[in-house]
Amino acid sequence: MIKALISRIKQGYRTYPFPAKEPVLPERFKGRPIIHNDKCDNCRKCSVACPVNAIIFENAGITIDLGKCVFCGQCQEVCSKGCIEFSKDYRLAATDRQDLLVNEKERKLAAALNKESQKIFGHSLKLRQVSAGGCNACEADTNVLGTLVFDLGRFGIQFVASPRHADGILVTGPVTNNMKEALRKTYDAVPAPKFVIAVGACAISGGIYNGHSEVNNGVNDIKIDLYIPGCPPHPYTILDGLITFLGRRS
Amino acid sequence: MGRQLLAIYNCNSADISAVPRLSINDFRNTIISKVDENLRIVSLFGVPQTDEIIQLIVVLADDRQGILYLTSAEVAGSYQSLTPDCPQAHWFEREIAEQYGIIPQGHPWLKPIRFHNSYTSKDAWNRSSDMIRPGITDFFRVEGKEIHEVSVGPVHAGIIEPGHFRFQCNGENVLHLEISLGYQHRGIERQMKGAACNRWLQYMQTAAGDTTIGHTLAHCSVLEALAGCSIPVRAQVLRGIALELERLANHTGDLGALAGDIGYLPTSSFCGRIRGDFLNMTAILCGNRFGRNFLKPGGTIYDLDSKHIDDLRLRLKAGLKDVENAANCLWTTPTVLSRFEDTGVLAKETAKELGLVGPAARACGLDYDCRYNFASGIYQFQQVPVATWHSGDVFARAYVRWLEIQHSAEFILNQLDTIPDGSISVNTKQITADKIAIAMTEGWRGEICHIALTNSKGEISHYKVVDPSFHNWMGLAVVLRNQQISDFPLCNKSFNLSYCGHDL
Repeated sequence: MIKALISRIKQGYRTYPFPAKEPVLPERFKGRPIIHNDKCDNCRKCSVACPVNAIIFENAGITIDLGKCVFCGQCQEVCSKGCIEFSKDYRLAATDRQDLLVNEKERKLAAALNKESQKIFGHSLKLRQVSAGGCNACEADTNVLGTLVFDLGRFGIQFVASPRHADGILVTGPVTNNMKEALRKTYDAVPAPKFVIAVGACAISGGIYNGHSEVNNGVNDIKIDLYIPGCPPHPYTILDGLITFLGRRS
Repeated sequence: MGRQLLAIYNCNSADISAVPRLSINDFRNTIISKVDENLRIVSLFGVPQTDEIIQLIVVLADDRQGILYLTSAEVAGSYQSLTPDCPQAHWFEREIAEQYGIIPQGHPWLKPIRFHNSYTSKDAWNRSSDMIRPGITDFFRVEGKEIHEVSVGPVHAGIIEPGHFRFQCNGENVLHLEISLGYQHRGIERQMKGAACNRWLQYMQTAAGDTTIGHTLAHCSVLEALAGCSIPVRAQVLRGIALELERLANHTGDLGALAGDIGYLPTSSFCGRIRGDFLNMTAILCGNRFGRNFLKPGGTIYDLDSKHIDDLRLRLKAGLKDVENAANCLWTTPTVLSRFEDTGVLAKETAKELGLVGPAARACGLDYDCRYNFASGIYQFQQVPVATWHSGDVFARAYVRWLEIQHSAEFILNQLDTIPDGSISVNTKQITADKIAIAMTEGWRGEICHIALTNSKGEISHYKVVDPSFHNWMGLAVVLRNQQISDFPLCNKSFNLSYCGHDL
């Protein structure tokens, strides 16, 4: 017992004061891309290089669909003009699928729940996690929120062991054919009102697996309330998405 | 071994035409006799020649000599199963049956492993497409008034990948556990053939997302073997650092999770945090905690400058100190040891018979590690000691991880001090036609094997991935026999196998 206490002192206090203090992200971290259409000569090398067809050319210029983007940086790499630049902005979550389309317009963060819902869920959100073909990276970086660095519990958010105890589901993975039924049953078992949160490119669009006959291109027959893009999203991207959604961060 | 087997070194290629084509009887006899002589089945897979004729190719490992042996046979319809004489073939034969409708006659346990449509016009179980649903198969049942069955999954109580477990219990005692997977099946291998090559890396990085570096390294090595290019030493060092950081993070996380499963919270919470510190070190390399977009065929994408090296060294030393403190809490706490020791015991002979790999095998006293037996890249120049323990229980699987944490940290610190100058990548050449290439790396879960075949146009015509979990799931099932069902989480965590790496 004494040994454990001494260890406790040695290990120190490690919870990061998020969101009061912004997280320190690695130098090479790739967050929200910034697009400079004025430099673009329409060579389209970026869209050819993209492994997931996330780059769309429209009249307005380059648009990157963060719902598909795996943040590999290939587009930035092949563009000699510097039209695409990945910033360190980790706040990527959105409540509207359209808001994941990044172009030169201003970023739009996830909208908070309405006041009535905030009253119910703002300080207590219980989620059931369903991995539906995820590679265990989105799962791992969701799970890590429970460690003392992020301490998800202090926001009243908890992952629970039964859908009956849950206010919603957090889905990862491209929704394989073999998980489609289990996902549906889990969703049905959650009492209403309930939320669906899609974490990662796979859950939003199928990611790299989009178009495989073995998968369903993400969550597409249940309405998604919160999209958290990335491959996988950084834990702070997920945490930011959750608390912004609950109206605890603007 | 002349005409019956083709010898090949790890991370090398050979002409497909040089792979012997035996009769199926000779093929069987060769495998059975070689496994009796202590060779191991690394992979056994089918390559379709026509809709009916399938070429079975086996890769056998001679761990003592560090040589791989290949041989093959063509089959159509059915053949006499290897499994009754060679249990290592068990899971592979099920995979071949499911993929190509080839029946291994006399297989004692012939059931689907991933629940997908056959790749040929024949289904091994004569199911129509709409009858193929996950977990719908015969399960082994123990009958009797006092027997009850516990069914768990696919969705689990925590944040865990999906899998289905069926326990046959007498009271608390588990008589038998059957594991049914396939929920994560995304069709990666099938898509590797014909996919644009800018997608390959993404598939490999997400084959098992917690083993991004391990799988991507094996993939890059296979392509490099096919193209016949050699990698700058600096890139080899960087790859080694990334692979060991991945091991550090996952082993540390596993020690924490094992502590959590027995309710020993100090180590559980310390290690949960330290694991993240190691992941953040990988993020210094490439910006991503899982090592995404760090490796590419020909070398690495990013380099380290002296500032990064100093930062890594500092963080690594601090991380090692913290994990040492956290791990020692385990080894010196009697209540922890009494839960770890003699729980989930696997005998060395059983582990060998089943063909287990990685820390799970080493914890049974099998001194086999790819980094040593089949050294490639930087491991040819700097060896990492093979960590083994003899007791085969949860304690052994935990302790081997702790030994490996220390070895990996020492390896990285050495590499950081002696990293040679030079470039970090070479331009990859065109991959060569009509070849077969094999690359094995020692991921944190064990041996990862990638095999690629090319056609006459120099395109990938077949791609095979063997995740260590493919060898090891059966080990977990066997370990549960005569355990209390309440020890399942602990035993499961002590293996910590991949669902998506298995399901692909």
